[in-house]
Amino acid sequence: MSTWIQITYLISTALFIFSLKWMNDPKTARRGVFAGVVAMLLAVIGTLINPAIVASNYKWIALAVVIGSAIGVPLSWVPLTAVPQRTALSHAFGGLATGLVGVSEFYLSFSGPQLELGHFRIAALCIEVLLGFLTFTGSLMAAGKLQEIVRTRPITYKGQNIANFSLFAIAIICCVVLTIDANYKFIFPIIVFLALLFGVLLILPIGGADMPTVISILNSYAGLSAVAMGFVMDNKLLITAGALDGSSGLILSIIMCKAMNRSFANVLFGAFGQVQVVAANAVKKTAKSATPEDAAQIMEQAGLVVIVPGYGMAVAQAQHVVRELYDELTERGITVKFAIHPVAGRMPGHMNVLLAEADIPYTDLVEMDDINSEMPRVDVVLVVGANDVVNPAARTDKSSPIYGMPIIDADKAKTVLAIKRSMNPGFAGIENELYYADRTLMIFGDAKAVVGNIVKHLTAESG
Amino acid sequence: MAGEKTGEGATGNIQHASSQGLDYISTLFVFMLATFVGLEVIRRVSRLLHTPLMSLTNAISAIAVVGSILIAGQQHTEYKFNLLGLVAIVASVSNIVSGFLITDRMLKMFKKREGNR
Repeated sequence: MSTWIQITYLISTALFIFSLKWMNDPKTARRGVFAGVVAMLLAVIGTLINPAIVASNYKWIALAVVIGSAIGVPLSWVPLTAVPQRTALSHAFGGLATGLVGVSEFYLSFSGPQLELGHFRIAALCIEVLLGFLTFTGSLMAAGKLQEIVRTRPITYKGQNIANFSLFAIAIICCVVLTIDANYKFIFPIIVFLALLFGVLLILPIGGADMPTVISILNSYAGLSAVAMGFVMDNKLLITAGALDGSSGLILSIIMCKAMNRSFANVLFGAFGQVQVVAANAVKKTAKSATPEDAAQIMEQAGLVVIVPGYGMAVAQAQHVVRELYDELTERGITVKFAIHPVAGRMPGHMNVLLAEADIPYTDLVEMDDINSEMPRVDVVLVVGANDVVNPAARTDKSSPIYGMPIIDADKAKTVLAIKRSMNPGFAGIENELYYADRTLMIFGDAKAVVGNIVKHLTAESG
Repeated sequence: MAGEKTGEGATGNIQHASSQGLDYISTLFVFMLATFVGLEVIRRVSRLLHTPLMSLTNAISAIAVVGSILIAGQQHTEYKFNLLGLVAIVASVSNIVSGFLITDRMLKMFKKREGNR
């Protein structure tokens, strides 16, 4: 029997790898999901046929599966603007699962006849529980911030980093002590508590702009805690699948950090968006403003229009009117492209999904690096709800907190139209030079309403 | 015998202390190789699909369901362990179901020009 289990796990592992491999192209990506589903089914079947499972417990397992599905199905219906929250919530569930399994494993090792976890396994178990529960509360906090249940502004206080570091150090010391001698059972609940607490404290100073990175890191942690579970249970499927998830989160976090020109440590302990409010004391300059009608006329004359979407587009739910604008312009023979900054939005790839939802062909979604060389040839750049990702200060102003961050070079285009609610500095509180540039026209108002008005003027003229 | 042991999961008995050390090394090998495969594969994932990628890996990391089933399904002296396992199954299964469904829902939206209309 156990050979069959291992073979099932082996096939499952291979399918998980294919599942991720097929994600390299939108054409094959759905096949990837299918492979993933089959892999997961095999994993579950391979586990259920394990002779260690008592027959009378199957009904309870079935019940748990039904309840889990009943929670899972509605969670997959959320509007796409809420995908970051859903993802964070799902990391929380993942962390909770590994954490609870870890707790059971620990106490079981004392109650059963098969005790003795050995040093290696105890260490793995500590990591499993630490990462699991940290991911649980951390992700709940992140989800709360994204859903705006919890205050979204970074919460900082004096000595915050010292407090966090020492807390983490205590947790590590507890793990080490327990690894050396597992008989200090009382330490275990302390580790659990510290992990839960640390998860909350870690997310307190994180602001919205850092969410893409933080979600990626939590994604990685969820995977790594599954790996640790695999070490404890001596289960290679857990290790491989967890490692795939862990490396995915790692790569995404690296991409996010690079896209903001910041280090991991800086994201986690830097409290972005807090310090910068002070920096926003520049001399009052005047920006030129325009009406949606002007904007419509300018865009009609253009040959190449680039739209730069940001989180503001998601907040205003403007993706569908943006699609209408796209239609109006392309009908006139104008080329329209979308310039996507890696950290635009609240999670990696957020903008792509929203625009795809609005039926914009993915072939017109262009990455930052590919669009920047074209920028001098672009007639009109329309900034919809983006701010820091088009701030030229990142290139020019050494004192700016975002200096060095790669940006979309909107300022190099012939005309820039920026839709904004008001001249208030954006999320990070940094003044944006782009808005005061000669070639920039500001259109004030809600992104959805403004784009809707532009579309209205365009249709009125053609009709 | 080593195969026998791996199959038994959580309370996997450790009678063979001699082979134990070797086993840790082999699991570490598996971890290292899987990580490298993961890094290589993920690096090639289209940037367009990073959000679906994350929801897909959400579902994959719910592989913790394997451990949860083993804990929930085995005979324990106290029911509370089964209960913890069952809660873990609920959490993992909800991740599996919602993760795969929403990934597919998002991927369906990615169309080329003149896809459906």
